[in-house]
Amino acid sequence: MAGAAPDGAGASRSEIYRGNGFRLMLPVWAFIGIFLLLPVVLMGVYSFLTKEFRGGVTWDFTLAAYDQFFFDRGLFGDEPPKIEWTYIGIFWRSIWQAGLATLMCLLIGFPTAWFIATRAPRARSAWLFLVTIPYWVNLLIRTVSMKFLIRDNGPLNEFLLWTGAISEPLSLVNTNFAVQLGLFYSYLPFMVLPIYAAVERYDFALSEAAADLYAGAWTTLRLVILPVVKPGIVAGSILVFVPSLGAFLAPDLLGGAKTFMIGSLIEEQFKGSAGNWPFGAAASMILLTIVMGVLLIYARNQTKGGR
Amino acid sequence: MASTEIAVDIENVVKRYGPVTALHGVSLDIRANEFFTLLGPSGCGKTTLLRCIAGFEDITEGAIRLDGEDIGPLPPHRRPVNTVFQHYALFPHMSVTENVMFGLLRLGWTASDAERRASQVLGLVQLSDFAARRPGQLSGGQQQRVALARALAPRPKVLLLDEPLSALDLKLRQAVRVELKALQRETGIAFVFVTHDQEEALTMSDRIAVMSEGHVQQIGTPREIYEAPLNRFVADFIGETNLLDVTVQAVNGGTAHLTLPGGHAFTCPAAAVASAGQGHLSVRPERIALCAPGAGDLDVRVEDQVYLGTDIQLRTRVADGEAMVVRIQNAEVTQIPETGASVGLKIEAGAARLLAD
Repeated sequence: MAGAAPDGAGASRSEIYRGNGFRLMLPVWAFIGIFLLLPVVLMGVYSFLTKEFRGGVTWDFTLAAYDQFFFDRGLFGDEPPKIEWTYIGIFWRSIWQAGLATLMCLLIGFPTAWFIATRAPRARSAWLFLVTIPYWVNLLIRTVSMKFLIRDNGPLNEFLLWTGAISEPLSLVNTNFAVQLGLFYSYLPFMVLPIYAAVERYDFALSEAAADLYAGAWTTLRLVILPVVKPGIVAGSILVFVPSLGAFLAPDLLGGAKTFMIGSLIEEQFKGSAGNWPFGAAASMILLTIVMGVLLIYARNQTKGGR
Repeated sequence: MASTEIAVDIENVVKRYGPVTALHGVSLDIRANEFFTLLGPSGCGKTTLLRCIAGFEDITEGAIRLDGEDIGPLPPHRRPVNTVFQHYALFPHMSVTENVMFGLLRLGWTASDAERRASQVLGLVQLSDFAARRPGQLSGGQQQRVALARALAPRPKVLLLDEPLSALDLKLRQAVRVELKALQRETGIAFVFVTHDQEEALTMSDRIAVMSEGHVQQIGTPREIYEAPLNRFVADFIGETNLLDVTVQAVNGGTAHLTLPGGHAFTCPAAAVASAGQGHLSVRPERIALCAPGAGDLDVRVEDQVYLGTDIQLRTRVADGEAMVVRIQNAEVTQIPETGASVGLKIEAGAARLLAD
């Protein structure tokens, strides 16, 4: 009798959870469904529809959007298909730009995160707060301000002229460098914060152990510190790379026509009468596929390495 | 066992952190082949001293010599000493073998030589079957042995151990003590072992340095430290003891004439460190025998008995208030005096120490 009571209570308790498992998870599934899956499915569906003359779509299934992305069939669409390099080129340039921005963020973000994580606990929150302060200002305003800072008669050039480092203003606006600067400035905190979290958990006795075992500072960094904080570095890189790849503000405002990126390409398809919704949706789906592919390869390697 | 060749010569080492002085001019020699223990309560400077030898802390004054060579200016990665860290500090992203090979590869060993040495050392600590595992997949005791193997692999001149047993549970700790001591004999490397656990120190060490507040209080074999403490701190810190504040009237021929604060005068055999004046009498509870009232050195009243299994502890009090603890063996013939009974205490010859401070 005395022994049976707790058993019974345990069984009925797990019964409660078992019976209600689905119902209790409902809000989560609803959220994931409505805000994550549904938009992707909609985007996928739209990419297979026929374009309406002034934006919008008609419900006729076609592969025209993907065909337009990958193949060139001449002006009237009656020539034999050739590979269309325009959009692949834009994608390639975007990946390259986003990769470079990620690398810049890593080179500056890692020492920054390291510096903050090695301060006294109370000073850390102050430093973290300082890092996030620029982000209280709207991204658009920050990007436009960047343009003012680096234009021919802006403060940067004025200063360089004043110091005598240059004799005539550098034209920085509408260059790859300007886009890089914009992306770097936009996404730096997304690199700093995950690395900070990893470094803060790092056990500095590991560095002492490495030094004790005859490793100098660089060897310790390469063989011990970087591998141990790698999850933070990877998380930061993903958080910078993915939005950089789809960014359109920085390329539009700082890069001009020469440095057209995926984000701007997609944005244009959904704007005004020149738009082509199915094509924009197809470009988005291709971008999504690339990003998911990269993440999957990474996740696969991670689980292998973790064994 | 231990030769008299000196491995580490620590001369007048002072360590200051701003206004705080952690080490006040510590001097000691650690011989080659010996198991040397730095023992003291937390904050006594024992870990600081170990970190100074390893090179993690710069010394403010003095010199540390290894085989006669001043290693003060060398950074940690150039000192031929290795450390077993308190929480092991194993590299979590490397296998057990890779952890053990780490130091060897940095010293320029070839991968195959390093691997051979790693498997040899892992055999020594009985971890051969776990060579491919990651530290996270091992128990605390196994991790501790990996840390030991990793530090022993490069054949350091001195092995530094920073409370390596403190994270293990009691049973395991006792087993590892024996293994550690055997390992030290086998390898012939000087071990410098830091601990706050006096039992650990007594059972494993060839010699012990007892430290307190940045000073070395006494250096000696476990027996010397336990039986012939030089001062009140050592007597009190190592083992259990009865410490009585006494006024020394005279000491002649190994017999001390003493007065307790309450005015009770008695004589007892005592090895004297202090001469006439104020002093402390230290008597180990197990070195006191019971006898009939009036027949011993002191008469006491029994207040309480504590059954400890192998021993029985009697808490007693001298007429004018001084507490005395007596430990008697739990044998069949033992007659345990009842609470309130009056008994005499006979202090064994040579067991009592008169200490100046």
